[in-house]
Amino acid sequence: MARNENEVSAEAHVSEANGQRSGRRQYAFYPGCSSQKGASASNYLTSVESMCKVLDIKITEIPDWNCCGASISYAEAGELPRHVMNARNFALAEQHLPGQDIVATCAACWLGARETKERLEHSSVLLADTQEALKEAGLQIRAIPEIRHMVEVLIEDLGYEELKKPVKKPLQGMKFAGYVGCQTNRPFGIHGESFENPVYLDKLIETVGGEAVPYDQKVTCCGGALAFSEPDKAQAQIKDIIESAYDNGAEMLVTPCPLCQANTEIYQSQINKKYGTKFNMPVLYYSQLMVLAYGGTAKEAGLDGNVIRARKLEEFASK
Amino acid sequence: MSNANQAMAARYKNNFLKEIEEQAEMGEWVKMCMQCGVCSGSCPTHFHPGWEHPPQEIFMMIRAGKREEVLTSPSMWMCTSCYNCYVRCPRKLPITHIMHGIAEYAYRLGLAPKMQPTLHLSQTFWRNCTKTGRVNEVRLTQSLYFKDGFMAGIKKGLEMKDVALGLIKAKRLNILEALGFGHKCKDQQGIQKMLAKARELEAKRKNRQVTA
Ligand code: SF4
Ligand code: SF4
Ligand code: SF4
Ligand code: SF4
Repeated sequence: MARNENEVSAEAHVSEANGQRSGRRQYAFYPGCSSQKGASASNYLTSVESMCKVLDIKITEIPDWNCCGASISYAEAGELPRHVMNARNFALAEQHLPGQDIVATCAACWLGARETKERLEHSSVLLADTQEALKEAGLQIRAIPEIRHMVEVLIEDLGYEELKKPVKKPLQGMKFAGYVGCQTNRPFGIHGESFENPVYLDKLIETVGGEAVPYDQKVTCCGGALAFSEPDKAQAQIKDIIESAYDNGAEMLVTPCPLCQANTEIYQSQINKKYGTKFNMPVLYYSQLMVLAYGGTAKEAGLDGNVIRARKLEEFASK
Repeated sequence: MSNANQAMAARYKNNFLKEIEEQAEMGEWVKMCMQCGVCSGSCPTHFHPGWEHPPQEIFMMIRAGKREEVLTSPSMWMCTSCYNCYVRCPRKLPITHIMHGIAEYAYRLGLAPKMQPTLHLSQTFWRNCTKTGRVNEVRLTQSLYFKDGFMAGIKKGLEMKDVALGLIKAKRLNILEALGFGHKCKDQQGIQKMLAKARELEAKRKNRQVTA
């Protein structure tokens, strides 16, 4: 039995000083398949790269990283193959980018990798099997790097004060609903945040000068991968989220996860058809807001990648 | 009854709890459930009709030895991996993984509901992502739409046309992926060998036949 995420997350924060060693913060970057060029979250990647440039964070892609399979592959993959996929990334990171934490931008990648790290560190049987499988690909695990979400890097390694310094154009007068969703929040969560009402996303919004509206669907699940396989159920959940954001005066939604972003954005037109609603709410990444507040262009913020265009922000960027 | 199912039913005789403990991922936790019902009340698919049996009921049924009913249930397949139950359970059961574990086991025994859409998604997603090491979103979407046959695929494709066009316009769907120009890992061979080994070791540990 291993269910030790609390202990593990306590331990994870020992590495807080990581990267400060060399003056510049460096991380082994795990973009995940949805954030590659031409993939469904490629604009997330664009904005993250612009954001990191401003904040002097160096992210180096893990050479030849592979997709983790996400939560949904559980049935076909089984246990060990799933962990082995993550372990391959650990081994590659450790070999090519020794001493650097792995940072993921996708909540699902982050969760999957952390789960694997936790299981391997608590089960010598699983670890031994994993090593044997890795050998087939000429790899080996010595120490498993810390697995961080980009949001953790921002708020733990840099801190809100640091993030505020480069703000040139605060997003004044704009109302956002911070949509945290599930997988950056549960089961691990961001250190020090509650499961029921995490505030880091609201704080990030406020850091760049926007207004974070309170609403009651902040941590509601959007249906995740079931948006594909059970669209009616997932869309009912998505409808609750968007509706509550509108009811509380939000103009836009902000998310930390590519799947939340896609689910809450691209199905709005179908929900409108089904329920007679008139949803047309842009859904942004936190990193897009930051780039704009740091004075970046619409292109640097990846605004051209939003299916529901964020007209207000496009205008803001051109001023 | 499939061979695998017969063999397992015979091996565990009437001890279904033991079967789940040994065969389903995190199954050893089931006995810790105190039937408080918090998980059922936390589950999003419970608010929007979906579950036949919420987690609490599934765990009770396992202890009551209702093997057939549990393993053929569509319930586990409704889990969205939201981890609401997981963080709220007073006994700290890793419910999300138990539900996945039972679903996976039912699938290996050939007892999962026929044409279960989430099972199909799981198969398609894993095969898609392990083939080259990276997900090919276009092929993934194609195989998902066309699972019910050609006409149904076209219809679904048309329904989703606006969604897809929006993504293409925003450069978030790369049509070239359909032709095989998509993202891939360099060491695909190594990945295949590594996964074959992993399947072999897992089967050995669980004392099962190697599948796929
Ligand atoms: S979680 Fe999703 S985006 Fe991330 S690597 Fe896995 S499959 Fe790709
Ligand atoms: S909110 Fe939806 S997409 Fe985001 S992590 Fe949760 S299930 Fe996944
Ligand atoms: S919340 Fe935990 S203890 Fe309560 S019924 Fe669910 S699994 Fe059992
Ligand atoms: S993780 Fe699965 S079982 Fe648990 S509350 Fe979410 S959908 Fe329900």
